[in-house]
Amino acid sequence: MAAETVSTDRAGERGAAVRRASKRGPARPSRTSLKTVIIAAAAYLIAVIFLLPYLEMLITALRPQQELLERNYLPHHFAWSNLINMWGSGFGITNSLRVSLELAIGATILVLLVATPAAYYTARRSFRGRGLFLLIVLITQMLQPTALIVGIYKEFLSFHLLNSVFSLILVNAGFNMAFAVWILNAYFRSIPVELEEAAMVDGNSHFGAMLRITFPLAMPGVVTALIFTFIAAWNEFIAALTLTTGSSAMPLTVLLDSFIGQYTVDWQHLFGASLIATIPVVILFAFIERRVVGGLTAGSVK
Amino acid sequence: MSNVASVEEAASEQAVPTPPPRRQGRGSRIRRGLAPVPWLAPAVILIAVVVIWPIVTMVQTSLQRYSSLGILIGSAGTQNFTALFGDPNLSSILVRTVLWVVAVVGITMLVSLALAQLFNQHFPGRRVTRWALIAPWAASVMMTALIFRWMLQPDSGVINIFLHQLGLVQYNSAGSSWLGRPDSAMAWMIGVAVFVSLPFTTYTLLAGLQAIPGELFEAARVDGASRWQSYRSITLPLLRPAFLVALVINVMNVFNSFPIIWEMTRGGPGYETNTTTVFMYNLKQSFIGESAAMSIVNFVIIIVVIIFFLRLNNWNRQEAR
Repeated sequence: MAAETVSTDRAGERGAAVRRASKRGPARPSRTSLKTVIIAAAAYLIAVIFLLPYLEMLITALRPQQELLERNYLPHHFAWSNLINMWGSGFGITNSLRVSLELAIGATILVLLVATPAAYYTARRSFRGRGLFLLIVLITQMLQPTALIVGIYKEFLSFHLLNSVFSLILVNAGFNMAFAVWILNAYFRSIPVELEEAAMVDGNSHFGAMLRITFPLAMPGVVTALIFTFIAAWNEFIAALTLTTGSSAMPLTVLLDSFIGQYTVDWQHLFGASLIATIPVVILFAFIERRVVGGLTAGSVK
Repeated sequence: MSNVASVEEAASEQAVPTPPPRRQGRGSRIRRGLAPVPWLAPAVILIAVVVIWPIVTMVQTSLQRYSSLGILIGSAGTQNFTALFGDPNLSSILVRTVLWVVAVVGITMLVSLALAQLFNQHFPGRRVTRWALIAPWAASVMMTALIFRWMLQPDSGVINIFLHQLGLVQYNSAGSSWLGRPDSAMAWMIGVAVFVSLPFTTYTLLAGLQAIPGELFEAARVDGASRWQSYRSITLPLLRPAFLVALVINVMNVFNSFPIIWEMTRGGPGYETNTTTVFMYNLKQSFIGESAAMSIVNFVIIIVVIIFFLRLNNWNRQEAR
């Protein structure tokens, strides 16, 4: 589905190009260009508005402590030292960054291990219970940790698994697996079975053919699923807030939340850490954004 | 690993062009029935641990009585539900939740329709502007909510500085404390929720727009249709599947939304900016039974939306045929 989305995308753009070319008759060239200028100006303005909050994040991260409450858009001077001081052990950012990385990487690996075989099998075989399995996956995709948070809390409490990175990995993997199954399923289905059969004629086992032929061809889907899971786990908030009480297994989102309750809030460090958590993720996301739409709306927009 | 080998056998049997006629013995039927197990079991186990078990626990908890320290005292029957429905805050929280979902989703869908049209046009730098649109989608919602809370600080936040320069806000007045008053706090939080929902919605509608064949517009133009006419009778109907899916996904997301309200007001003052989701979380601290009852109510609402979505799904597929 994802692959199809991309291709219709291109077809659409080609169609649009044809339309544009036909509109560009000699009769009204100036009107078209004025229209383009207005459209471009509006789009640039909107793009800037979308970035403004994150620009303020950057500016605040560089504000000197004593200028935090001043009424100006920009501080008198930028305190670059904020970006160094925030790593001080008193704030716990270093530890939380490590926890966030561990849980995001752990969840990503678990999703890959769990979703790939399920997606492959449902794409290649029809069997009793296939429809039921895919229905359950679809329902899982629509549920969120928020809806089940009381149950999740009680479950992990009774297993004495609070304050552990492991439980956060489980929860994040569980709620992001559905997306991975959908997108991998779509990719596996778009790869002809004949390729695998040819590899098997050449002496590969079925499993070997899947591993050597199909899996590499589905790489765009795999990468999308991996990046998406990583980002979702990295940003996840409510399950982490509920399942961690001490600072040892506290991911960055929960640590930053705990800043807010304190008597003096170190806004500059809070937003310095936010910035570090945000920029790489936005860049990663830009690589997969189209395919994410395909995966999230899988089975429906088609 | 031995399981994998047996599945391989089963699989390669099917791959042979003409499978030899086999006796349909009971053993082979069972084996064939079990063939999917090694492939699907990890996924099923994960879903069982993270989704199904919590649902069971949630139902259980809602029927039990706990002390304020969270120690199980005994069965509660339906007392938790009676306490929840007798809660004087509940009715206003329910009304506020409906308002929250309708306002956020409604505004998001309308603005996204316009944005998708805009970003579907051709202009230099389109790719870059589309990337800018991604930021609120990829960033953690709790961090976006925090930056808005910071920008709305009563006497030093940039939004108030800007509004003061326009002459709209006085410093040190009730007017500058946006998050201190329930009505203005809700309005701003709805704005933030729209802000973080726009990217996904716009991208979904963009994908829908790009799937519409350009020839249709050509034909309409040849037939002398105006732009508005072709928008209404070509774009909107063909965009419907994408629109409906984005609508349902947004309803789910906004109904379940927690970080925005949590970071900006914690649901306060009092319970005056709680939605049912935030209320469930606030109850969890000291009334876990009542909190579980609230989650059951929320869960039922979500299931209704999911059923609606599944029917919509079938309906869309049938339309496509």
